[in-house]
Amino acid sequence: MTTDHPSFPIPLRSDAAVQRGAALRFFMDGEPVEAFAGESVAAALMAAGRRTLRHSPRDGAPRGAFCLMGSCQECLVWIGTRKQPSCQVAVAAGLEVESLPWREARA
Amino acid sequence: MSAPVPLDLLVIGAGPAGARAALRARSCGLSVLLVDENPGAGGQVWRPLPAAFERRGDAPPSPEARDGDALRHELRRSGVKSLFGHKVWNIGSDLRTDVIGPDGSRSWHPRALLVATGTTERVVPFPGWTLPGVIGLAAATILLKSQNMLPGRRTVVAGSGPLLLAVANGILKAGGEVAAVVDIASRGEWLRTLPSLTGRPDLVWQGMQWQWRLRAAGVPVLYRHAVRAVESAGNGFGVRIGPVDASGRPLERAGVERVWQADAVAVGHGLVPGTDVTRLLRARHRFVRERGGWIAQADADGRTSVPGLYIAGDGAGIAGAAAAGAHGEIAALACALDLGVLDAGTHARLRAPLASQWARSARFGHAMAGLMALRAGAVAGIAADTVVCRCEDVTRAQIDAAVREGARDVNQLKAWTRCGMGPCQGRTCGDVAGALVAAQVGGREAAGFFTGRAPLRPVSLAEVAGEYTYADIPIPKAAPL
Repeated sequence: MTTDHPSFPIPLRSDAAVQRGAALRFFMDGEPVEAFAGESVAAALMAAGRRTLRHSPRDGAPRGAFCLMGSCQECLVWIGTRKQPSCQVAVAAGLEVESLPWREARA
Repeated sequence: MSAPVPLDLLVIGAGPAGARAALRARSCGLSVLLVDENPGAGGQVWRPLPAAFERRGDAPPSPEARDGDALRHELRRSGVKSLFGHKVWNIGSDLRTDVIGPDGSRSWHPRALLVATGTTERVVPFPGWTLPGVIGLAAATILLKSQNMLPGRRTVVAGSGPLLLAVANGILKAGGEVAAVVDIASRGEWLRTLPSLTGRPDLVWQGMQWQWRLRAAGVPVLYRHAVRAVESAGNGFGVRIGPVDASGRPLERAGVERVWQADAVAVGHGLVPGTDVTRLLRARHRFVRERGGWIAQADADGRTSVPGLYIAGDGAGIAGAAAAGAHGEIAALACALDLGVLDAGTHARLRAPLASQWARSARFGHAMAGLMALRAGAVAGIAADTVVCRCEDVTRAQIDAAVREGARDVNQLKAWTRCGMGPCQGRTCGDVAGALVAAQVGGREAAGFFTGRAPLRPVSLAEVAGEYTYADIPIPKAAPL
């Protein structure tokens, strides 16, 4: 998948203290993303090097996950028929996630 | 759509305050519903591991993980009905509470409502704080503690308060690199909090361990410094860092600024009590800077100015997790007393040990809250073209211009500029926007706070409306001609 930080993907996952859930694959803007059960969509995307999720409404500036607790709404993505903060949604095998700009461009 | 379900007490938020309140209220015989938008109890401080993760046998759980696990175990065994992954999106003046979950919206009609919604993080804006890869300190703790993930390979940890040390240590423990810890406070300010640690050898020990680990890793700790700007540079960021005075104002001397290379920034300037619900219900509020900002006015037992509405925990003024648990139980006892299931004598007997527990724990929490309080110079030093309201891209210059042109409080500011009108509903910018307006209109009381509005969280009309037929829509009779 395209990453906005060329140095990524880097190993951001730390398995010193935990055993993650099963490896799985979900889709972001049609491209496969490897993740582990239990991870949030926002965290899995960060680990995959996908930091920019949308653009701000007036300036068109890049935005990504910021508070990770469902308050700031910066990490909104489309999941099915609903816009949801990606930090509040757990990954699942085959889950189809679309960024707002991606869906807009295809509308 | 079904009629609201009646019950004694609805508790919003399953952190230390809300969960302990629910347990105590249940043990007094009240019917209790505990609602939280997160997948499990514990709040941010005791946030559980994802259910699909397993702690390794050889990795000892942290004290926080132990406390959280004990609380969750107790909740499961209690008669408290819990709804996780559910959001309270609206509350009526009769306390009817609308809750949305995967199966749509349902309503409860509690006799008492206890708000234990904790805090949100404040970040004093600087150029570049909106760049992807710049996250909150609280966000970093969630990544580290729950997701077991680093914010970046090399992270600048900046801002104020105890989360600085916690996050920097979490990063080191997880195998990441900390470029620098950047603290608005001076070393002396930290030392002055030491008396509040009397009787808490566990916290002293933890603090010492944290300091040692930073030193061993060679992490520079820059006291009385702040991040001035974050700029994209190559594969990461250039983080401009410079000294500040005691009020947080950047010191402008030649050659004092330095650029640090990093690929992530975790930054936070303290916590702000969550007042979404109490503002929505038009409770009276007061501004207490050293407790985090605006908080609902309440007596020592959490009774607000609205009958039947109670608050507890950090959302009632920052005092820390240990105090929050005791505060939650005290508020639950007040509910039980007010609802008539507890007589005054029993209430007093049960309350006394909790009150002294609260007083002991709150000393440390209050000292930390003091370190995290918003500093006037930091706000004054925000550059004119810096975005303050992230949702609507409103800059400091636009805020200042609106006030110059006659906006007298934050709600007029909101109407004129859309500052605080976006999807976060002012939770992210509200405190700083209030401070910017206050600087020109003569104080925080004059500047006020954003009027609480439903929905408390973004919801879709389809979710709220749910399944219905046209016959369900009440159509009033037309007036006779």
